Amino acid sequence: MKKNIPYMILLPGIILLVFFLMVPLIASIFPTFLPKNGGIGNYIAFFQDEYNRGIFWRTIRVSGIVTIISLILGIPTAYFIAGLQKKWRGILMAMTLFPLLTNSVIRSFAWINILGKNGVINNFLLSVGIIDQPLSLLYTEFAIIIGSVYLFLPTMIMTLVGVMENIEGEMLEAAETLGASPFIAFIKIVLPLSIPGAIVGSILVFTGTLTAYTTPQLLGGNQKMLLATFLYQKASTLGDWNAVAIIALIMIVTTLIVMKGLNVIASRMDRREMNHA
Amino acid sequence: MRKQKGMTIIAILVFAFLFLPLLLIVVTSFGTAAAIQFPIKGFTLDWYGNALRSETMLESFKLSLIVGLLATILALLVGVPASYALARYTVKGKNLIKSFFLSPTVIPGIVVGYTLFQFIVVALGLPVFQGLLIGHFLISLPYIIRVVGSSMDQLDYSMEEVAWTLGCTRFRAFMQIVLPNVSSGIFAAFMLAFVNSFNNVPVSMFLSGPGVTMLPTSLLSYMEYNYDPTVSAISVMLMLLTIGLMYLIEKTLGLASIA
Repeated sequence: MKKNIPYMILLPGIILLVFFLMVPLIASIFPTFLPKNGGIGNYIAFFQDEYNRGIFWRTIRVSGIVTIISLILGIPTAYFIAGLQKKWRGILMAMTLFPLLTNSVIRSFAWINILGKNGVINNFLLSVGIIDQPLSLLYTEFAIIIGSVYLFLPTMIMTLVGVMENIEGEMLEAAETLGASPFIAFIKIVLPLSIPGAIVGSILVFTGTLTAYTTPQLLGGNQKMLLATFLYQKASTLGDWNAVAIIALIMIVTTLIVMKGLNVIASRMDRREMNHA
Repeated sequence: MRKQKGMTIIAILVFAFLFLPLLLIVVTSFGTAAAIQFPIKGFTLDWYGNALRSETMLESFKLSLIVGLLATILALLVGVPASYALARYTVKGKNLIKSFFLSPTVIPGIVVGYTLFQFIVVALGLPVFQGLLIGHFLISLPYIIRVVGSSMDQLDYSMEEVAWTLGCTRFRAFMQIVLPNVSSGIFAAFMLAFVNSFNNVPVSMFLSGPGVTMLPTSLLSYMEYNYDPTVSAISVMLMLLTIGLMYLIEKTLGLASIA
């Protein structure tokens, strides 16, 4: 009897997830595999269509670029924060957390005001006389990328600070006593030890960008669609539920492949580090 | 020792990048022009009045609060005991069950919203509100499992065993010994899950109906037809709420426990 206690405690959650997550998901996606709806041919047809392929690769490309930019900006920032006195570290962590707790609609809205035809950048360039026609910055891939970096950079910083805080200062001191410049010490010690955090951060940023809806909708519009905006368009204006289910499964499978792939890279690197030591 | 000029400069630029856009919203919310302008000409509080008078905004704000609170409480009721079972007992397939509880994070929010709409509203014929509640419960649960789970993992369960041997029932020992010891984890998880539910767009996109629109969705549809500083004003008020919330967290258990 007592042996069953943990299972009984776990049961309500499992039932709720099966009933409200798995059943609806399978009920939506399963019909796309029925022969009368096109079966597996649905998925072949999706990737044969040049327009669909364009959206798929744009989604992957944008997510990849956003991840790389977040790493490039996040690593030095996290390193800076991790090296501060406790009090200052707390303040800067709070400042990183603040945008993260601010609604994505608001954060994208800010970029509409910056990139739009009458936005800050165009107004400034026009008044200085560098351009005489407003630039089209909004509804471009560039707009989606900058908006997504803005959205996910705090996540990357938070994840990296968590890892970098645990790197012992003595190690860096030792390296420097032995003649390594601070920069070399950073490259040889901090960077390799931060890889697990960088991988976790990359998974969060990549899959976050891949599945985000608000930012691509507001900053990319219908001209530069990503999978999430494409899915919503198929559902809301076209009511094409079969297409929605196909895109949904493609998004889930892509997310899983990316997560698995980055985890495999992480464990390989870990092993290499171990061999090194 | 860890000072590096290049990195300091990048860090300063990054924080400027993170805060200038938000500052721009604050400034434009006071501008007199009907379209958003920067720099602003003239100062007014009209847009705040406009925002506070908007029935749709107030209604959807209330709905977002209610759904966020109820969904998070539901996720706590399910998630806290589940985290306890996973941390305390040897459960067969522990990792599998844990990743099952975390699985809503793998499924894109927009897919969760769409499949729930199809299932609950179309197939079962339940009202949209129930769908919203369940959708937000699903996205809250992983936060609870993660944050409360790590507190539960760190707890020393010999205290609970002592209570058992002294004749305390299992339920009472859980309530009086386990729960108080993980309360800060529960509070942090609650805040994180609530904020995320409150800000969530994709799950709520499909699940809206007459009189049932969450605040971010209302904001989005307002922006589709209007381009005036009312949105800036609402944004500033929401940012003030966020600051208030962060202050509360800092005072009770420190922001570090959230990160």
